[in-house]
Amino acid sequence: MLFNLAIKNLIGAGMRTWLNVFVTAVSFFMIIFISGMYDGMRSHAKQVTIDTEVAGGAYWHPQYDPLDPFSYEDSHGIPPEEIRDLIKNEKAFSILVSQASIYPSGRMMPVTMKGIEPEQSIINLPTRSLLKETDGLIPVLMGNSMANYTKLKVGDSFAIRWLDANRTYDADEGLIVYIMETENFKVDMGTIWIPLERAQTMLDMKNEATYITFAKNISTVQEKGNWIYRDVDYLMRDMEAMIAADEPNARIMYAILLALAGMGIFNSQILSIFRRRKEIGTLMAIGMTRSRVVGLFTLEGGMNAFFALIMTLVLGGPVFIYFSMYGIPLPIDYTEMGLIMAKRLIPVYTMGLFVSTTLFISFVVLVLSYLPSRRIAKMKPTDALRGKVV
Amino acid sequence: MSNNSVVNITNLLKQFPVGGDYFTALSDINLNLENAEFMGLVGPSGSGKTTLLNIIGGLDSPTKGNVNVLGMELGSSSHNERANLRKTKMGFIFQSYNLLPVYTVFENVELPLILNKVETQERNRLVTQAVDWVGLSDKIDSRPAQLSGGECQRTAIARAIVHKPTLILADEPTANLDAENSHHIMNIMVRLNKELDTSFIFATHDEKIMAYLRRIIHLEDGQIVKDEHFDNPKSGKN
Ligand SMILES: Nc1ncnc2c1ncn2[C@@H]1O[C@H](COP(=O)(O)OP(=O)(O)O)[C@@H](O)[C@H]1O
Ligand SMILES: [Mg+2]
Repeated sequence: MLFNLAIKNLIGAGMRTWLNVFVTAVSFFMIIFISGMYDGMRSHAKQVTIDTEVAGGAYWHPQYDPLDPFSYEDSHGIPPEEIRDLIKNEKAFSILVSQASIYPSGRMMPVTMKGIEPEQSIINLPTRSLLKETDGLIPVLMGNSMANYTKLKVGDSFAIRWLDANRTYDADEGLIVYIMETENFKVDMGTIWIPLERAQTMLDMKNEATYITFAKNISTVQEKGNWIYRDVDYLMRDMEAMIAADEPNARIMYAILLALAGMGIFNSQILSIFRRRKEIGTLMAIGMTRSRVVGLFTLEGGMNAFFALIMTLVLGGPVFIYFSMYGIPLPIDYTEMGLIMAKRLIPVYTMGLFVSTTLFISFVVLVLSYLPSRRIAKMKPTDALRGKVV
Repeated sequence: MSNNSVVNITNLLKQFPVGGDYFTALSDINLNLENAEFMGLVGPSGSGKTTLLNIIGGLDSPTKGNVNVLGMELGSSSHNERANLRKTKMGFIFQSYNLLPVYTVFENVELPLILNKVETQERNRLVTQAVDWVGLSDKIDSRPAQLSGGECQRTAIARAIVHKPTLILADEPTANLDAENSHHIMNIMVRLNKELDTSFIFATHDEKIMAYLRRIIHLEDGQIVKDEHFDNPKSGKN
């Protein structure tokens, strides 16, 4: 019965209802849109990390600790045979990590120097550029943030100094052969890439590697010696941690959006009760109990939100689909801020996002419709009839 | 108090808190209303007519005294019991019609039946009948904004009678109407009173209404100053 009355009231109020519904729908749209963008950013960041760095996983030299540059000195060796077979079959490639210093235009800067197989095609880095003829100089590949920071351009040369296996310092001239646009700051800031064999020669570490990255869908080797198997989850740990650290921001954003939507609903509910107090008095005079009137108004508020949800799907659905197919162009370049961000962001709208947003918002809407309606229960019918507010 | 009694009030006192003090709106009210009466509370503005009507309707509560309406002792009843009494056995008519603006005539009149959980078919029959009774059949799908004042009040009357209540309370029902419409709606109510034995209590200071009443209770400053009975020719009943 209340349901029919609520429908009649909403439909009957015509334009006013649809305006309310529209405003709520806009809030819903924003919540889903921004949440989707957020999820899109995060899944993009993960995607880029896998694509340019992690691939299917890695085998680490037992001493290797990427967070401790001093460990690089000791973390190199010839990988076990089974892993070498993977490399031979181009299902994996070696990276030899060492500490070095570069001297661009006279300044000194400590870097991580990574020797990588130029012919590899397992991770998406332009390593083939390292095959370029350089007249004996060390071919160097770096990311654009690093290039900006060091003010180096393609064709610039600079001194590189490193500590070789015999713990003696050596130096030579490096030449920038390529500057790559990359969104993954971990292959960019503080890192220079050189050809693997050159690195092995420079460091006097023939055939040695620090870690081996292998392609996706490769089963783990049986005989990995004392090398350590690192799966994708492990290698994505710091990425996940960054996302987790960002979680409070996402929550705050969500809360702000929800508060905006909620305020609209709360406000229109208060207004509706104020405007319709005579109607409330009439309903009571006709014999409706207070609790039913409260129920009626709560239901109307709830149905308003329900319509808004449908409107969001109908009007916003195509927009969501368009963006999830073609992405959203981002006006600013965030990569310098140490974030992995696409130039065109593809938002991710999952069923989970829709369902959780819907459930959560429905709950909030019911509470927000109920709270103002509760004051009806405190109204005296005589006051309501006279149009007096309490 | 006889078995036929519709309203029985003894020693009613009604005070409103005003600031830290009390304003006495009604005092020493004693009143008995038999079934099928056609009675008016008459008095100048501020004399307490609406207050008394609201108390009889259970919309307001007495400060002191006993108010028995249709067998229910209002002072010791709950809000829900009073709402239920109004729903099943009373009808209200207001000066400003109080129709729900988004509902059609049909839907407005239907409302009490919905509250009383009357089933759809019976509802349609009763609404059609009530609307026919007040002569608005051709406006049944109109909304209040499309109706004249007289038509609005007739809709309100249809809403008040559709569930065949025992008692109808009408607060200044003609105050916003011209003479012709006033007589029209009074005739409708006289007919109802005659044919269905519905009791009526009017609150009014409209001379036109008084001409139809068979009993007038005069109120002044919250007290009954005169209780008159008539054989009123216009009311068509003795
Ligand atoms: N809720 C209220 N609070 C304070 N005073 C009230 C209230 N309701 C009515 N009154 C006062 O009680 C008196 C009687 O009012 P009312 O019954 O409306 O008179 P009438 O209907 O005869 O014009 C008036 O003086 C009015 O100001
Ligand atoms: Mg009055």
